[in-house]
Amino acid sequence: MNTATPPSLPAAYGDERQRDVANHLGMWTFIATEVLFFGGLFLAYVVYRVAYPAAFAAGSHTLNFWRGTLNTAVLLTSSLTMAMGDAYIKRGRRTALRNCVAATASLGVLFLAIKASEYQEMYAKHLVPGLPFDPAASPPLQLFVFLYFAMTGLHAVHMLIGLGLMAWLLRLNQRGRLTAAHHAPVEMFGLYWHFVDCVWVFLYPLLYLIPQR
Amino acid sequence: MNAEDPAFRPLFATYAALIVLLALTAAATALPTGWWSTPIGLAVAVAKASLIFVVFMRLRSQSPLVRTFALVGFFFLAIMIALTLADYVTRLVPV
Repeated sequence: MNTATPPSLPAAYGDERQRDVANHLGMWTFIATEVLFFGGLFLAYVVYRVAYPAAFAAGSHTLNFWRGTLNTAVLLTSSLTMAMGDAYIKRGRRTALRNCVAATASLGVLFLAIKASEYQEMYAKHLVPGLPFDPAASPPLQLFVFLYFAMTGLHAVHMLIGLGLMAWLLRLNQRGRLTAAHHAPVEMFGLYWHFVDCVWVFLYPLLYLIPQR
Repeated sequence: MNAEDPAFRPLFATYAALIVLLALTAAATALPTGWWSTPIGLAVAVAKASLIFVVFMRLRSQSPLVRTFALVGFFFLAIMIALTLADYVTRLVPV
């Protein structure tokens, strides 16, 4: 494909503005399904936290507050670099886009590394579902641990998918397929990445910040 | 173009606000807020997510149709949680 030619407008669209609205509408529809996908786990969390407030407070204290706080800062920063990449490609700045996507991906890897160290610590404490639990862990505390792994695990899977999509974006960009006129893949991926960031913004207080009674 | 481009100002301002909100949440855990700490933590999370939605995810410049689609998932999630809790909180005895 000639890299200098912008992709032509498909017949379904009257103009670029309509295409842009369709892109956003489709992506937000997908995000609405994601809200309900994660929502099931949030509902389970709410029900069991109402039922077992003391066990959830104890479970929260098995997690390291600073690790959760640092990870929140890491993800918020990765959202900034992604938003900057989007602004750059809209001005045709391909090298700047590459740097921003690379920075976003690096912060994503850092987040997963910190999360992995936390999983490792849970393993050392015998608090991993499927393996023999610490005998001192009550069934309600085990419920908290199940929810911790299900919620952070589903979130981590979304991060991994995001890293794969960023590799694809970098490849598109390397081939010159992203331009000021054709920036939709960057913008749509940005919506996905920011949404995954938002999920963590809610996981942080719910998992790490439960006060001891 | 450089980082002084006007398009970047709202991004940096939003990021600064997000980090300030994170610092506030973290600092609030040192205070004896007791029962209030969860509502405070969730309120800050809603504020952070709103900033991300409006600025980073560009809802600011979207049509009412797109904004409706962005919020409808949360609307149904709220119904799901509210109706489920209406049952559980009236029957379950916390332990």
